Amino acid sequence: MSHINQHQALLAAAEKRILLLDGAMGTMIQAHSLEESDYRGDRFADWPSDVKGNNDLLVLTQPKIIYDIHCAYFEAGADIIETNTFNATSISMADYDMQSLAREINVEATKLAKKAANEFTQRNPDKPRFVAGVLGPTSRTASISPDVNDPGMRNVTFDELVEAYVEATHGLIEGGADLIMVETVFDTLNAKASVFAVQQVFEELNVSLPIMISGTITDASGRTLSGQTSEAFYYSMNHVDPFSFGLNCALGPDLLRQYVEEISNVSECLVSAHPNAGLPNEFGEYDLEADEMALHIDEWAKSGLLNIVGGCCGSTPEHIAAMAKAVSKYSPRKIPKRDVRMRLSGLEPFVL
Amino acid sequence: MSQQQVTPEQSAQSSTLFINVGERTNVTGSAMFKRLILEDNYEQALDVARQQVENGAQIIDINMDEAMLDSEAAMVRFLNLIASEPDISRVPIMIDSSKWSVIEAGLKCVQGKPIVNSISLKEGEENFLAQAKLLKRYGAATVVMAFDEVGQADTEDRKYEICERSYKLLTEKIGFPPQDIIFDPNIFAVATGIEEHNNYAVDFINATRRIRQNLPHCHVSGGLSNVSFSFRGNNPVREAMHSVFLFHAIKAGMDMGIVNAGQLEVYDQIPSELKEAVEDVILNRNPEATDKLLELAPKYQGGGKASVKDNLEWRDLPVNKRLEHALVRGIMDFIEEDTEAARQAADKPLHVIEGPLMDGMNVVGDLFGEGKMFLPQVVKSARVMKKAVAYLNPYIEKEKEKGSTNGKILLATVKGDVHDIGKNIVGVVLQCNNFEIIDLGVMVPCAKILQVAKEQNVDMIGLSGLITPSLDEMVYVAKEMQRLNFDLPLLIGGATTSKAHTAVKIEENYQHPVVYVPNASRAVGVCQKLLSAESRAKYALELDADYQKVREQHAKKKPRTKPVSLDKARANKFTCDWHSYTPPTPNVMGVTPVSVDLDKLLDYIDWTPFFLTWSLAGRYPRILEDEVVGEEAKSLFSDAQHMLASLCKSKKLQAKGVVGIFPANSVDDDIEIYGSQQRDEVIHVAHHLRQQTEKPKGPNYCLSDFVAPKSSNKPDYLGAFAVTAGIGEDELAQAYIDDGDDYNGIMVKAVADRLAEAFAEYLHEKVRKELWGYVPNENLSNEELIREKYQGIRPAPGYAACPEHTEKQLIWDLLDAEQHTTMKLTESYAMWPGAAVSGFYFSHPDCRYFAVAKIQEDQLVDYAQRKQWDRLEAEKWLGPNL
Repeated sequence: MSHINQHQALLAAAEKRILLLDGAMGTMIQAHSLEESDYRGDRFADWPSDVKGNNDLLVLTQPKIIYDIHCAYFEAGADIIETNTFNATSISMADYDMQSLAREINVEATKLAKKAANEFTQRNPDKPRFVAGVLGPTSRTASISPDVNDPGMRNVTFDELVEAYVEATHGLIEGGADLIMVETVFDTLNAKASVFAVQQVFEELNVSLPIMISGTITDASGRTLSGQTSEAFYYSMNHVDPFSFGLNCALGPDLLRQYVEEISNVSECLVSAHPNAGLPNEFGEYDLEADEMALHIDEWAKSGLLNIVGGCCGSTPEHIAAMAKAVSKYSPRKIPKRDVRMRLSGLEPFVL
Repeated sequence: MSQQQVTPEQSAQSSTLFINVGERTNVTGSAMFKRLILEDNYEQALDVARQQVENGAQIIDINMDEAMLDSEAAMVRFLNLIASEPDISRVPIMIDSSKWSVIEAGLKCVQGKPIVNSISLKEGEENFLAQAKLLKRYGAATVVMAFDEVGQADTEDRKYEICERSYKLLTEKIGFPPQDIIFDPNIFAVATGIEEHNNYAVDFINATRRIRQNLPHCHVSGGLSNVSFSFRGNNPVREAMHSVFLFHAIKAGMDMGIVNAGQLEVYDQIPSELKEAVEDVILNRNPEATDKLLELAPKYQGGGKASVKDNLEWRDLPVNKRLEHALVRGIMDFIEEDTEAARQAADKPLHVIEGPLMDGMNVVGDLFGEGKMFLPQVVKSARVMKKAVAYLNPYIEKEKEKGSTNGKILLATVKGDVHDIGKNIVGVVLQCNNFEIIDLGVMVPCAKILQVAKEQNVDMIGLSGLITPSLDEMVYVAKEMQRLNFDLPLLIGGATTSKAHTAVKIEENYQHPVVYVPNASRAVGVCQKLLSAESRAKYALELDADYQKVREQHAKKKPRTKPVSLDKARANKFTCDWHSYTPPTPNVMGVTPVSVDLDKLLDYIDWTPFFLTWSLAGRYPRILEDEVVGEEAKSLFSDAQHMLASLCKSKKLQAKGVVGIFPANSVDDDIEIYGSQQRDEVIHVAHHLRQQTEKPKGPNYCLSDFVAPKSSNKPDYLGAFAVTAGIGEDELAQAYIDDGDDYNGIMVKAVADRLAEAFAEYLHEKVRKELWGYVPNENLSNEELIREKYQGIRPAPGYAACPEHTEKQLIWDLLDAEQHTTMKLTESYAMWPGAAVSGFYFSHPDCRYFAVAKIQEDQLVDYAQRKQWDRLEAEKWLGPNL
């Protein structure tokens, strides 16, 4: 299917029902208890630095594992799955001295996901499946100083971020992504650089894919790590005319609800949410069970907050299946019509 | 004439629809900011930005266009610094430069959605659209100047045509959102003597109207100060011109502007003769307008707003207007004479109060509510009001009338607490709004509050307190009100009170409305809502929901850092190489009483908190030059200086203190104080609390860590002090209040507070240099003292490092403080008089202030044991830290 047809199919589906995203990738990989040698495979057997923990590398060295995870989420009912590219920018890959692989990982990750999507679409053409090419936040922040004694300092610039994101976006599009998803945004300036890059690549290739944006409220302060409220964050990013806007990670559904509601009240596009399966316990594990999580999501859908829902850290295909069942009885959130106003933001929103 | 009167609705509307952009962080507009940036003094430059936001700027303009600067680097550095200051970066930024490269560098540093100032058609369509397209990609709104390839637009038609052309290009060619376009159709100077300039203001106003009518969703902005350029040096005329221009431009649709709020007269307050002349000039109503204004101008030249007081034109107004003027301006000089005139004109003396005086106070209340008057001005207005009422009282009593008021409110500082400045300010503000206030003063027991409330049939009760134990007393009052079936609303205020505490601890004990009132300006709105049964019920529901939310949030709140056990915290205590450290030996051991003349203390005063007392925010001395509150701050400061001078002379206010240094060593979290250098007899033990959260980098501090441990065998020492500058303050304040002068009643206490703090600073210096003498050659300025750039600390019981109040008793016992200074401790361990400071001295070179914050169960038990308290007692005094 061409980009344009895919886009129309996506819009049609979103109008009819609440769409399902996939759940956690890291949690699923963890279950395989992979060792250093598994991560390396044959190709990187002699790589000079340790690579264990570089989950994105697995699309090259353990493609079967990643492919199976994608399939498990489609099996559970996901409409959209996310590519395994959370850290696949030259900036984050530098932690493993693998910056040169960034583009290749994006291409291969998207191809893997697309292969799974095509297979499931063929099985049931009435439920087309989509691939969101993921751009993660990188390991650096453009508006927070790494040095408390020098608040004006930065360890990454807007231009460096744009460069890295341009490369990754090229990879995602080459691999066949249906959408672009900028997710786990904890510094809005990083996210602005990413969508700046995405639009630049769109212009260069003369394509246009829907853009999903998903931020992260780091704690009960109700703000992103860089200090914005969710409404201010929305105004900072609204210029790209996003396909969907929402929140993911950091909090479980109980704590995240109020912020999703805040976004649902202001957003003039679809609203997405993929919360964690609760908060990590003393062992760093997430223990909100699938049915419990689905109970929360049921209430969100009933209250009309949602267009797209899925899971983040700790969630599994079981969680997605339970959520799919819960939301199937509700219609998706109606997009509100708002006055035409100039909506600016600092850390807080400002409307004239 | 009537057509031009601003009705309250209009002014309220325009104040919400007109956005004032802060312009002090602009090197082309502010000489001070330019100097700071050129001197690389970014820290103070940030203060300028912070002040603007504190003073209400909703957007701040940042401009670094200066030939001597690397403008791009300066813009990036300043924006990055701002990003780390949530007090500043909460508002949107306006990135202002005539250089595109500077604008783009700025856009790469802001996470919010900013405004760019500006782009235009000056260099042609291609360039204009390329820039606008990038702005869209960066996510910014933009100012578009009415400027094209030919030049800057001057006539109405040119202004409109360029804006229309820009609008079409932006919206039709590249899909730029129209709501993100702000046109600047150029404000130029009028009354320049050049005939072609006469219509410039009219051109701007008319073009604005056409833009807003024909180009949907866009905005109009402009830099106001240009218009009055030809009257440089004559501020009253400039202010009048700004005000008249804005009045008409806002009506035409101008909704944003760069306006120096300090350079703006209130439209209604412009003398009619001047207003008429200015209106002729701005609206170009006749060819002689400029000449007429020039002729009139020298009459208004001079002292700016201050001249209004000396200008007696208002004496020609009808008596009701004279009373209003005197109330708004706080002028005492003619008030009795005018009140008498009004009394003769009225049927009954009471009608003067209910008529013109209340009307005048309503104007004051409205202006205050709209942020157009500041607290000290309101208090001065109240002084005028009281004087007028006092004048009328004998006549009223003769006729045995009773006035009607909005309602009767009982105010009291709760038992155990002596602080009343905030409560008195609230009382004055409420009186200004025609509430009757019954003020029971300080240290009022619950039973008395409730008894008077019943007897006087009051409409509500307001409780105030400053120290933490007062919170418990407020809880107690709420419980008693419930038990005794009261149904009056209860208002809660004071420095340590909070919405969270009110919601979690107080509200649930009393079924009728309990309202937390964060400051004096909120009090009026709250009381009005509580008065009528109808609005009260609705308000009560809102409050319930609000508090429920606060309670839920509070319940969810988790400690940001993990707690550790007391053993673990003690294992991570602050320590140093005691073996190689020799604690300094004091020159003077034991107790030394100190008395000092007030004038010796003047140089030690830290003025910044004084302004905060009066709700004027900003750091001294810069607050005196502040564009919004500067004038008022100056006048307040000068009143304080007069008060100080007269107090120094009359000696009606006195300062007394006592200090002592004793042999001491620490044992875990306690400090043993010895009777002699032999250290064989423990005369007292100071008990301290230890920080109990995980500290990956630093130690878990406890004050005892700063004294050499007993096991080190090093002879160390502990100091203690208690000072007051408030002996006589209550009598002085009462005398003023009895005379109807609340302003000076509050002033004398605010000044005494500052003197007490100055005394503590003075004495600490004396201790460091002489009595303990560990830095005999210290030489610090007042500024350096305020910033605590010396060795040693003086933590006070009840504050962060030693939050438990009962330890003050130890200081009193050690120093025999009551005997030496007449200062007393209340049952809640508040010091009387209120203008007082007490604390401990530590000399260790590495000692520092810290906050104990939350402690855990094990420390609660341990501390109770050390203090020989039962659990209940320990919970009571450690409540804020549990």
